[in-house]
Amino acid sequence: MERIQIIAIAASLVLTFYVVRLIVKGKLREEYSFIWICSTILLIIFSFWRGGLDFVSNLIGIYLPANFVFTVSIFVIFIYLLHLSVVVSSLHKKNKKMAQEIALMKNKIENDL
Amino acid sequence: MIQKIAAIIPAFNEEYNIVSVIRAVNSISNKDFEIIPIVINDCSTDGTSFLARKEKCIVLDLPVNLGIGGAVQTGYIYAYHNNYDYAVQIDGDGQHPAEEVVKLFYELKRNDLDVVIGSRFILKEGFQSTFLRRMGIRYFTILNKFLLGIRITDCTSGLRLINKKTLSLVCQYYPDEYPEPESIVFFKLNNLRIKEVAVTMVARSGGVSSIRFLSSFYYMVKVSLAIFYTYLRLKFKKIF
Repeated sequence: MERIQIIAIAASLVLTFYVVRLIVKGKLREEYSFIWICSTILLIIFSFWRGGLDFVSNLIGIYLPANFVFTVSIFVIFIYLLHLSVVVSSLHKKNKKMAQEIALMKNKIENDL
Repeated sequence: MIQKIAAIIPAFNEEYNIVSVIRAVNSISNKDFEIIPIVINDCSTDGTSFLARKEKCIVLDLPVNLGIGGAVQTGYIYAYHNNYDYAVQIDGDGQHPAEEVVKLFYELKRNDLDVVIGSRFILKEGFQSTFLRRMGIRYFTILNKFLLGIRITDCTSGLRLINKKTLSLVCQYYPDEYPEPESIVFFKLNNLRIKEVAVTMVARSGGVSSIRFLSSFYYMVKVSLAIFYTYLRLKFKKIF
């Protein structure tokens, strides 16, 4: 096993442990952890399987494995960012509704007193 | 029968103007309508809520800052659930003279309209805003003419009276940021009858406008996009 491989495996394991720890501690919700678990698994697979990247990039027809990694990861990051924007928009909407309800309820309580 | 109008006054740090605005609104009730000021305090950090509470009005305190659209919508929801017949938006900064609401009210009654907008550009009297801002408004006028086929000369005017039918619509959807131009598109595509009435406005008596010079570019882009999306949403309901 080469040095870079050991570093890669160690880094992926630490990342996996960190993601799991965040979920266990309740700081990361399961539905958002899904993508992180998937990416750490992928990282671990490719750090063990050395020829894997060459194999997959050949399969798709990308000449350099590095280009394959960049293309795929940037694409995935874009999609995930879009998803997060949708999540934020929905939170924004809910937050607004809550605030409005609270204001109306405060007024009602004051009137009843 | 005497009709109830909710005067919705969104206020964010308006302690210098709020009392005079509330008093002006209270002074215009007549034999045909009773107008009740509803101050929506958008999480002000000054004495807006405290001062407003001493006056004859309803105060709704938002726990977080929602921006003008969210604040006004809170007022609309209140008005709708408390059986008001009409609602009019009056800015908390004193730009909208309360007496103009009387004009809007009779115009709406006379023509059986859903939305009446107070325009400062029909008679071109009183406060006319800066040249750049007028250019911006001209742009939205052209955009509205193009999309909706109606001519609205002052689509950024916040002074607008709406009836109960419109109230039920704005309770469900009202834009958050810079709602005025976008909501005209929303009204028109919901087949509401809209008309403008000439009013005079005054320069704001204190505080700062929510649209500053640096953000005006963002304003134009954001509102254009919002208009475009609202247009798509309502015009091509079936596709989406």
